[in-house]
Amino acid sequence: MDNRKWREIKQQMGFLALRTSALIIFIILGILLYFLFVRGIKVINWGFLTKMPENGMTSGGIFPAILGTFYLTMGAILFALPLGIMAAIYMTEYAVQGKVIRLIRIGISNLASVPSIVFGLFGLALFVNYCKFGVSILSGSLTLGIMILPVIIRASEEALLLVPNGFREASLALGATKWQTIYKIVLPNAIGGIITGAILGVGRVAGETAPILFTAATFYTMKLPNSVFSEVMALPYHIYALMTEGSHPKEQKAIAYGASLVLIVLVLGINMIAIVIRNYYRRKKKW
Amino acid sequence: MILNKTKEKLLEWFFLAFAFLSNIFLLGIVIVLFKEGLPLFKDIKVADFLFGRHWYPTFDPPEFGAFPLIMGSLWVTIGSIIVAVPLGLGAAIYISEIASPRMKEILKPTVEVLAGFPSVVLGFFGMVVIAPFLQSAFGLPTGLNALNASILLGIMAIPTITSISEDCISAVPRGFKEASYALGANKWETIIKVTVPAAFSGISSAVILGMGRAIGETMTVLMVGGGAAVIPHGFLQPVRTMTATIAAEMGETAIGSDHYYSLFAIAIVLFILTLIFNIIADLIAQRFRKRIV
Amino acid sequence: MVTTNRMEVKNLNFYYGQNLALKDINMGIESNKVTAVIGPSGCGKSTFIRILNRMNDIIIGSRVEGAILLDGQDIYAPEVDVVEIRRKIGMVFQKSNPFPKSIFDNIAYGLRINGINNKGEIIDRVETSLKNSALWEEVQDRLDANASELSGGQQQRLCIARALAIEPEVILFDEPCSALDPISTAKIEELINELKEKYTIAIVTHNMQQAARISDYTGFFLLGELIEFDKTEKIFTNPAKKQTEDYITGRFG
Repeated sequence: MDNRKWREIKQQMGFLALRTSALIIFIILGILLYFLFVRGIKVINWGFLTKMPENGMTSGGIFPAILGTFYLTMGAILFALPLGIMAAIYMTEYAVQGKVIRLIRIGISNLASVPSIVFGLFGLALFVNYCKFGVSILSGSLTLGIMILPVIIRASEEALLLVPNGFREASLALGATKWQTIYKIVLPNAIGGIITGAILGVGRVAGETAPILFTAATFYTMKLPNSVFSEVMALPYHIYALMTEGSHPKEQKAIAYGASLVLIVLVLGINMIAIVIRNYYRRKKKW
Repeated sequence: MILNKTKEKLLEWFFLAFAFLSNIFLLGIVIVLFKEGLPLFKDIKVADFLFGRHWYPTFDPPEFGAFPLIMGSLWVTIGSIIVAVPLGLGAAIYISEIASPRMKEILKPTVEVLAGFPSVVLGFFGMVVIAPFLQSAFGLPTGLNALNASILLGIMAIPTITSISEDCISAVPRGFKEASYALGANKWETIIKVTVPAAFSGISSAVILGMGRAIGETMTVLMVGGGAAVIPHGFLQPVRTMTATIAAEMGETAIGSDHYYSLFAIAIVLFILTLIFNIIADLIAQRFRKRIV
Repeated sequence: MVTTNRMEVKNLNFYYGQNLALKDINMGIESNKVTAVIGPSGCGKSTFIRILNRMNDIIIGSRVEGAILLDGQDIYAPEVDVVEIRRKIGMVFQKSNPFPKSIFDNIAYGLRINGINNKGEIIDRVETSLKNSALWEEVQDRLDANASELSGGQQQRLCIARALAIEPEVILFDEPCSALDPISTAKIEELINELKEKYTIAIVTHNMQQAARISDYTGFFLLGELIEFDKTEKIFTNPAKKQTEDYITGRFG
């Protein structure tokens, strides 16, 4: 009897420990969001979002940083999405299990594990210096694009694999070529998943700082970018710079709160959009 | 007819080329790192670089001892694991074995949102919230130290550890658990003695991936590490990691200087370390999949 | 009988990797007749029928030996275009697999990829094939509806219509009724019976009564071998082999 009670007590304590760890994670997120919202919301208003910075970064808005992040993100996706989709098409539609595909998988997995700062150095040496693109939207977008390529490939692959094999067989049996089958049947049915993956990639890229430190970002520029060779301000870099440079820590901190909140809302919002789109396609899906 | 076949074959080669892009970029990274990093060793011995205790790249004469930076990275990585493993694994077990469907619906997005948190925002949070707290709690001159960095990196590693561990724990066949119940074990005993051990290799691969993520993380450690390039002796001291060093110093170096080369040389070390972490994690995960499935 | 064979299978061996899955199969598929293939599950009958229009090309590490002739031409000959073969030899699958498109577009798909872009012709042929598959009456008012709104039996008849639209010479049916209720099954059987006027048909089924009802010839497969091939009547009343008799009398399978 005693043994049974003791075992029951141990079980309850174990469960308590597990529950607590889950709770702590929940609380951590709560605290993070709480601080950013409560302190960030005070600074945010229409002007903050749409105006240029003023008085040496101590007042005014963060519009150029938002714009810069938009350009960099779009550039990265425009570069990585076609490449990623085509790589994924090979993986799901053509590849034969064996050495080749193992080698490709090793490449994808290890590219995904490369630290973001190393991508930054790569972009600096290759795009900025060697290709002479300079510190620019182009260099930054390419660097970010390479970084999220594995994410895009995996998401596209997953989406393509979800297309039932019966569709492929039916199309082939009607005398379609493999390419016709991919282009007219497989891709249209995978597009929802691919878009979701791309948007998740956008969310990831928008928050990245290290890869753009030396390839695209600048702390302060008076003019908005006018070509892909312009250097830009970017939200994440702006937050970092506000906290580590300049001479008015107090004012800059307030702006950093606002910028952080904008970035968080942006990133979470983008993820939310991805989830909504995924659900929409799932509901629409007839198979 | 033959045309059709040739066209299809050409298309296959076309797509194959794209599939190899990841390998090509990876190779490109290796080439760039070595091309820009190796020239350092014309002037400095590899051993002096790896084990030298003084990182004074801008002194005259400069010293390029990366040992404090390597140690700094290891300290905060280990620190982050101490933070992340109990929480992340505990939550993973809770989600897959105990939580009600409704709790799952709350916890899973929580972990996902945490995974999507930009590192610079976490770093900012560490500077404005955690640092003042640590400073007053421990009576320190500054709250920017290894502990602060470990906490933040731990928070960043949690989603990796939780989601992968949870997948592995859920993949443990029901038969294992049923056998345990049939022998009179209660749920807790089954979790501790059957389920978790069965998922152990998968969990360890999750932990190693989490470590890889932590050691390669830049912005948070740059912002809250405190920046001192000395070998840390405790978690309450400032640290400077390899990543933070690259990020902080690259902007001030002249291309082709030893300082420039040395930062690429650090990147080589970092790259190799994360590669090793990733390969080990992959191998373990493969073994887990083979054994369970 | 050899002279009227639309398709002929000669000394066919099929390997999955090292595994010999089909062993020395010889049989003919006669024009405008229904040829049934029966046997217990795992006997290789589905594998066999998928070899007849090279659907198994997709399977990695598989290998075909011997010859499969369509109108005297080996469909596995190196100069043959597999796409052309599949256009001539249509297939209806076990699980109905309409595309997630409208009823109209499901049928038009095959026409368009085969180069028919004239709108009027497409409309005509969609109607004809829906009539030939006995679906027209049920769907003529809602050709724009998504195919997934149809019942299981209707979906399968849509798949048949889709195959008919490109006017193949041979139609292969791979257990087309295995997922259907008895009424839908009866409709499809009736349909197959009508189709043989114009087409050559081969059907795989695990349902012996079905084979007896609709086929003219029957082949009995067991463990990758063709045990017996003869007129359906003969197979079901007076089989030559003991294994065939055991199977049709229900002693195994």
